[in-house]
Amino acid sequence: MKFRLYRYNPESGVQPRMQDVELDIDPAGRMLLDALIAIKAQDETLSLRRSCREGVCGSDAVNVNGRNCLACITPLSTLKEPVEVRPLPGLPVIRDLVVDMEPFYRQYRSIRPWLVNDEPEPEVERLQSPADRALLDGAYECILCACCTTSCPSFWWHPDTFVGPAGLLQAYRFIADSRDEATAARLDNLEDPYRLYRCRGIMNCVDACPKGLNPTEAIGRIKALLVKRRV
Amino acid sequence: MNVRRFDALIVGGGGAGLRAALQLARSDYKVAVVSKVFPTRSHTVSAQGGITAALGNVDDDRWEWHFYDTVKGGDWLGDQDAIEFMCREAPSAVYELEHMGLPFSRLDNGRIYQRPFGGQSKNFGGEQATRTCAAADRTGHALLHTLYQQNLAARTQFFDEYFALDLVRDAEGYCLGVTALSIETGEPLLIEARATLLATGGGGRAFGNSSNALINTGDGLGMVLRAGLPLQDMEFWQFHPTGIAGVGCLITEGVRGEGGYLLNKQGERFMDRYAPHARDLAGRDVVARAIAIEIAEGRGCGPRGDYIDLKLDHLGEAAIAAKLPGIRDLSIRFAGVDPAHAPIPVAPTAHYMMGGIPTNLHGQVVAPARFGPEEPVPGLYAVGECACVSVHGANRLGGNSLLDLVVFGRAAGRHMLDYLRDNPYPRSMPDDAADASAARLARWERPGSERVAAISDDLRRTMQAHCSVFRTDVSLRQGLAQLDALEARLAHAGLRDTSRVFNTARIEALELDNLVGVARATLVSAIHRTESRGAHTREDFPERDDERWLRHTLYARAEDQVDTKPVRLKPLTVESVKPKARVY
Repeated sequence: MKFRLYRYNPESGVQPRMQDVELDIDPAGRMLLDALIAIKAQDETLSLRRSCREGVCGSDAVNVNGRNCLACITPLSTLKEPVEVRPLPGLPVIRDLVVDMEPFYRQYRSIRPWLVNDEPEPEVERLQSPADRALLDGAYECILCACCTTSCPSFWWHPDTFVGPAGLLQAYRFIADSRDEATAARLDNLEDPYRLYRCRGIMNCVDACPKGLNPTEAIGRIKALLVKRRV
Repeated sequence: MNVRRFDALIVGGGGAGLRAALQLARSDYKVAVVSKVFPTRSHTVSAQGGITAALGNVDDDRWEWHFYDTVKGGDWLGDQDAIEFMCREAPSAVYELEHMGLPFSRLDNGRIYQRPFGGQSKNFGGEQATRTCAAADRTGHALLHTLYQQNLAARTQFFDEYFALDLVRDAEGYCLGVTALSIETGEPLLIEARATLLATGGGGRAFGNSSNALINTGDGLGMVLRAGLPLQDMEFWQFHPTGIAGVGCLITEGVRGEGGYLLNKQGERFMDRYAPHARDLAGRDVVARAIAIEIAEGRGCGPRGDYIDLKLDHLGEAAIAAKLPGIRDLSIRFAGVDPAHAPIPVAPTAHYMMGGIPTNLHGQVVAPARFGPEEPVPGLYAVGECACVSVHGANRLGGNSLLDLVVFGRAAGRHMLDYLRDNPYPRSMPDDAADASAARLARWERPGSERVAAISDDLRRTMQAHCSVFRTDVSLRQGLAQLDALEARLAHAGLRDTSRVFNTARIEALELDNLVGVARATLVSAIHRTESRGAHTREDFPERDDERWLRHTLYARAEDQVDTKPVRLKPLTVESVKPKARVY
């Protein structure tokens, strides 16, 4: 199979470039990560992140033929050749396919992603009805791979001020949790022309999410809650 | 070398490390977590089925029954004091996770959802119990993210993408911290701490067919071996019965807990023959052996007869979507099969390391010394899959792994607080503290003809062929001879890429050092143990031999030395469970 890989090594003094690579691999039943690992076995200078290789850890998000995806769950058979593999857009490149995720993590931290409940803890679990628990479905499953946020034009322009779809989806995860008591503070934290309202409903995030989550819908719900508390 | 100083240091950002870090971060002490990946990329995230605790939310349950099942599941090799401690603490550890925000699935009455898992019984070996608490089939993901979130709230200091190299100890044996390498910059760093906890996870990547993440290279075990400390019970590896055939990705035991079952090519529920009572929910070692035998005797499914069918379509699409969404996704992606309509092709896959760094139930690393076989190494702790406390004995029960992480992560964190209070001043750092690590890094600057990737592949092939579900003396010794040859090649290996910035080839080379140590400890210990117990099945010694082998193995790197120490058969307060035949 034919690949075109984005290559950049800051120590080399050479500008970033695209490298054509030909790999002898049977695409049947194999994932893009298998191919990248095989290429690295031939040429160990290629750097990428990977861990679980089954789509649950979120390490190996890359841009493939123009779409963000997880390399480990992207079947080779679905990819048009030459397969163009680039680092995630919108974040600084450290080397090859490895980007600096810190702007993404900083926005995640900014929504204070932890349950807040200052009531005395019961001796057993806090109760939650299956219906209340179901509100977390579609939100808690986020793996922080950044496929969505780095496909969002609003985040490209405002990485310092716009929380981005992943962070907002996590904000919603806590707002929606019947056990969390900080909804008002969470909404205050987001009621801002940039942090929340830079979302223009472009919905690239929905298209990019490898877990099938819908950040745009969650953002809409946050906006609805903000409207509701005004009237 | 740059130096950073903390009171306590955690190496590893999975469930065990983050639970211990949280205990320390909530105190006044300064704590740092060093992890070679961003913490939520740790392998805990892959745990599916759940965390076991006798909450009794669905059915009658008592922690004493959980204790009995765990002793029996481990084929009596587990230390009964540690097992009692874990099973007693289990409910509070789970409730605590719930209070932290873990999104457990719920029963209609609002309590935590529980499902049946293998090896669980009521009333000391009676009917099937329902004991494993779950967040759908993403319990590990939910647990790891929750603990990471709590650590953010507690302002734990993280060194993300730093690779720990070696333990630093002084002449009296105190652990004073570790050396580490920034993956991003390639700069080495000395991190000093009065107390250090290893929570580096398993080494399942020593096997060709593995459910483990690519990062599971036994790094803490390599560090301990290089420090001259022993590893315990390394011959015991769990082969999970249901990995996706040919890929290795895990299909949770929860599938069988929810009512799925295994079929051979004749459409027979063959577990009836191997475990008439517990059937598909017998111990994992029992089910894995049964599958291996069915395949070996020509009753496997598919054109090559090399897998078994796991049927669950009878559960119905709605139940699968609600309770097992993650495995449905995995099956569609990796096996091309929607389990709501057709069975999943499965075969045993290397899954979990029961052995590891020997510790007591406070997480203190113990080693033979002047006063006995279990002297604590001052300032050094280990928790989670890298540790052997030992609660899993010769075979771990499903759902006990996540439990081990949080119970002993918490216990170690508590003990470290005491240790820091009793040892308020840092000991002086020897001048040569970082020399060994510097030498290791320098070694990988030298050119060499052999390639790391090729040696790693051969190592995995060797372990898969010679140290898998069934073992014999002849085969194990062949494996060890092959490993000798691999180590000779490793001495001539070199990197083509010696750049600094995010050089993952260098990290893979350093990981291979650790993986070789894991493989050697495993092979040598497996040769030594001439009996079959739990997951260690010797075809040439098919019986369990309590007379000689109701003992833990201790492997040390110097001359491949193997020693043993007794199993602790005395629990903390309850009656000991006496060894007897293990049938399901």
